[in-house]
Amino acid sequence: MKALPIISAALLAATVIPAAADVSDGKVKIGILNDQSGVYADFGGKVQGAAIEIVDADHQNKPDIASNIARQWYDTEQVDAIMELTTSSVALAVQGISAEKKKIDIVTGAATTDLTGKACSPYGFHWAYDTHSQAVGTGGALVAQGGDSWYFITVDYAFGHSLEEQTANFVKEKGGKVLGSVRYPLGATDYSSFLLQAQSSGAKIVGLANAGLDTSNSIKQAADFGIVAGGQRLAALLFTLAEVHGLGLQAAQGVVLTEAWYWDQNDQNRAFAERFFKRTNRMPNMIQAGTYSAVLQYLKAVDKAGTDETEAVAKQLHEMPVNDVFTANGKVQADGNMVHDMYLFQVKKPEESKKDWDYYSYLATIPGDEAFIKAQDSGCPLVK
Amino acid sequence: MTMVFGIPIQAFLGQLLVGLINGSFYAMLSLGLAIIFGMLRIINFAHGAQYMLGAFVGYLLLATAGIGYWPALILVPLIVGLIGVVIERLAISRLYNLDPLYGLLFTFGLALVLEGVFRYYYGVSGRPYATPPLLSGGTNLGFMFLPNYRGWVVVASLVVCLGTWLAIEKTKFGSYLRAATENPSLVQAFGVNVPLLLTLTYGIGSGLAGLAGIMAAPVYQVSPLMGSDLIIIVFAVVVVGGMGSILGAIVTGYILGLAEGLTKVFYPEASSTVVFVIMALVLLVRPAGLFGKDA
Repeated sequence: MKALPIISAALLAATVIPAAADVSDGKVKIGILNDQSGVYADFGGKVQGAAIEIVDADHQNKPDIASNIARQWYDTEQVDAIMELTTSSVALAVQGISAEKKKIDIVTGAATTDLTGKACSPYGFHWAYDTHSQAVGTGGALVAQGGDSWYFITVDYAFGHSLEEQTANFVKEKGGKVLGSVRYPLGATDYSSFLLQAQSSGAKIVGLANAGLDTSNSIKQAADFGIVAGGQRLAALLFTLAEVHGLGLQAAQGVVLTEAWYWDQNDQNRAFAERFFKRTNRMPNMIQAGTYSAVLQYLKAVDKAGTDETEAVAKQLHEMPVNDVFTANGKVQADGNMVHDMYLFQVKKPEESKKDWDYYSYLATIPGDEAFIKAQDSGCPLVK
Repeated sequence: MTMVFGIPIQAFLGQLLVGLINGSFYAMLSLGLAIIFGMLRIINFAHGAQYMLGAFVGYLLLATAGIGYWPALILVPLIVGLIGVVIERLAISRLYNLDPLYGLLFTFGLALVLEGVFRYYYGVSGRPYATPPLLSGGTNLGFMFLPNYRGWVVVASLVVCLGTWLAIEKTKFGSYLRAATENPSLVQAFGVNVPLLLTLTYGIGSGLAGLAGIMAAPVYQVSPLMGSDLIIIVFAVVVVGGMGSILGAIVTGYILGLAEGLTKVFYPEASSTVVFVIMALVLLVRPAGLFGKDA
């Protein structure tokens, strides 16, 4: 998806005009680095960018390309902070470079808990969601509803493994059991074999530990093979509004998922979503709203610190509560993780959907303290 | 419960059937590839792109003109075949007298261009293409729940493969084609228009790829990368079957589909590589492929 950043009038309204004298080179420059063409492009392709100055680039899901762009931005283009960073491998690489260059990065597009765990950075922040919040949200809530036996279809790389492991642990902790799992190579197009194995396992819940196009394809084919019609439930451990839209309600109905944000939850969200829709012709998902929140919070921090100097801004980011359209009373832990409530949704049946983009029924709220790993348990060396 | 290799027989049969479905696509694609290579000696790297084109033409017919699946099943191969004819006339026909490498490079470049264009306009996430209402739903076979559309794919691909094979082996037109491959100048001396035959052959080969594309559209999402995901496997099928052997391509397509299906049960992580392991083994033992004539 060709997605160029859109300068947001919304951000202009919340104008941040730092005292120019204290800001290096007279401007605050934010880099949005994401995937604009690969399997995860729809994941966060549309960027709600800030005024001030926004640059963007496509990292093609490759850590080496992302690293080069990040170095170039920091070294020669006076970029002050990098955000979004879809895909865990990319986020880890760029967070490493940002720490080395003493620059701020706020990750909204990647899931690995390592970003605020063993790879945490004093200048690195993790905003929208992580594998733990997805596991606790979808896994925990389904077990509570009686979904106590699970079978996993897992993409065979670090992200899939950790998503499966964290969910499985949580399911077992809550008294459920895991009947089995199958691991397939990234980007597989045919899931029928894995779905049949899940079907014959007799598990109540089929957990999809994958993301993006892989998840869409597995859900579509699950519908073909009558998985949901046969009484099993599909739990997509990482699935957002953008993919539901691509798939259509006919195929996606009944899927249970966890997101940090949904456009139709309240008036404030709807107003933001409408502005976003006018510019991009699609409704935002939690990654897009999260990136908006990250950029806004960063600008507020620069404003409060009165400078874009990294240490001062990072200090503000750690101290200031997050109150914006994305979340209320979000707080940043010492490990850089922004703790906020997550929500469990179920995708509506086609006949339940009253209007365009009316896709989710609300099931439950997962309080931030449960959804995210506590700083002292995160394994982050910065936490004393 | 009866067990086969440690898994219940029901699950085993289900997996065999799934393998057969994938094999159907391999067979249809490698068939077109084998025809083109057999007659033209062109290694058609654009075959995957033509398959993708088939799916997209079907998608666009539906999205812009409201033309559904069944008419598309006829229209798409014609349109993609026609595009193939144009490509052959404009470019490939100029490469016959050059080293085969030129044909390979040209078609490879063409595939990249086609993919790039669709990727630019449609992104990579894919567009959904609904299963035709007549074939939606599924049938409970006792050992598995078979989506009707996939059952249709197996039957239709068998018919297409068999029909094409018969047309080439048993009809007069087919005999011209084979003769023109063996000795073009002699056949031309008998008054047969050989360049026209070659053009038609490339058109038919592309049309078959387009047909496979439109048949795949309801199963997978219509995506610019769907062809490149498949083309390498299909090449492996053709190599295992014996370059240019039509029967070899068909039979090997189904066999490798089954082999891949079984791998997904016993060791799923290897399912994307098993085809190539088999290819390496076959080439070690029979360098000309299973059905190839030893050169």
